Amino acid sequence: MRTDRMRVDGREDSDLDRPIWEQPAASDDGYPAGADATQYLDVANGPPVPAVAPARRSGRHQAVPEKSRLGSRDDEPSAGRDQARPSSHSSDAADPATNGARDRPRGSLVRTGIRGLGQTLITGGLIVLLFVVYELFITDLMTDQRQEELTDELVQNWENDDPTLGPDLPGGGLSQIPIGDGFAFIRIPALGADYVRVVVEGTTTDALTQGPGHYVDSAMPGELGNFSLAGHRTGKGSPFIDLDVLAPGDAVVIETGDTYFTYRVLGDPATGDFGADASGIPGQQIVSPQDVEVVYPIPGVDDATIVPTSAYLTLTTCHPKFSNEQRLIIHAVLDGPGLPKAEYPDGPPALTEN
Amino acid sequence: MYVWIWRTLPGGLPGKLVGSALLIAAISALLLFLVFPWIEPSLPFNDITVE
Repeated sequence: MRTDRMRVDGREDSDLDRPIWEQPAASDDGYPAGADATQYLDVANGPPVPAVAPARRSGRHQAVPEKSRLGSRDDEPSAGRDQARPSSHSSDAADPATNGARDRPRGSLVRTGIRGLGQTLITGGLIVLLFVVYELFITDLMTDQRQEELTDELVQNWENDDPTLGPDLPGGGLSQIPIGDGFAFIRIPALGADYVRVVVEGTTTDALTQGPGHYVDSAMPGELGNFSLAGHRTGKGSPFIDLDVLAPGDAVVIETGDTYFTYRVLGDPATGDFGADASGIPGQQIVSPQDVEVVYPIPGVDDATIVPTSAYLTLTTCHPKFSNEQRLIIHAVLDGPGLPKAEYPDGPPALTEN
Repeated sequence: MYVWIWRTLPGGLPGKLVGSALLIAAISALLLFLVFPWIEPSLPFNDITVE
């Protein structure tokens, strides 16, 4: 403030002599202009000055370090000086609210711009990397936790004989299962002896985040028709990541409240030919996302008048991995009647045949 | 931006390190648990149904 007053007394015009980028900007210090001017007049005893002008100057002068103000008084070109005082002044430049950006010569502006661009790109790259981590690991953690909760709920409901979880009850509980609720376990021994997931109702995004989801219009486990499930290939617990290793004859076991249903992937187990089944339905196929026929009651048959005579199972997931370009489809057919859980406390033989 | 954050963080070098770690953790958590779950359904990685 002291130098401020001196300047206004003695060399009031000096600000106007300075280069344009050194000239005071509009007051940004929040002082009421009138109060500031009064203070100035009282202390300095100088001639009356228009109230606005000193207020502006005082705002400017408070913001600028003494050193740079001294430097700015001589009229030499400012390029060398600006480069020589980088650290004290770059804080002004980083804050666009002040007039700091205009303090810099053009070369420095370019450098600032390039640095900003570089930092932005690096930040973007880090965010993308973090997203990959999220997709591959974090969603797995979330889904695993949710699967454990679903398992507990399902077992509890079965013990309590909850009627809303009775897909194999007379009358069919199909429409009674709320979307997102677990209602069965799926086990695929070929994907590991410990491979088990809770199957939830529905194929909404939320439902599929929790586990393999049941197409609501498709048959229920063991029913004639096509019990169809969708599951994530990568992330969200990756339930169907290795669906492509399933071979003809591999078992898919569905456990409901009181029954085990064993489905077997279609095709010839001896030759590994997926297309060998007499029904013409392939054990594995790769289709476009629009090919909804794969989940029809008879897979691939677009004719509602034909009543299905077999109980099929269809698994759908994306293909190739990390892409939504196509769909990988597995078809299986029920192998024998459902086995009552009461008679097979250790699970059906298909679980231990490998 | 990073220069500005580093200079703004208080507490000398230890304080700046702790502050940086906290900032990174907070921003990561924000992204992982709010932003990504929110933005993910609109990205083409997870369409697994036929429709």
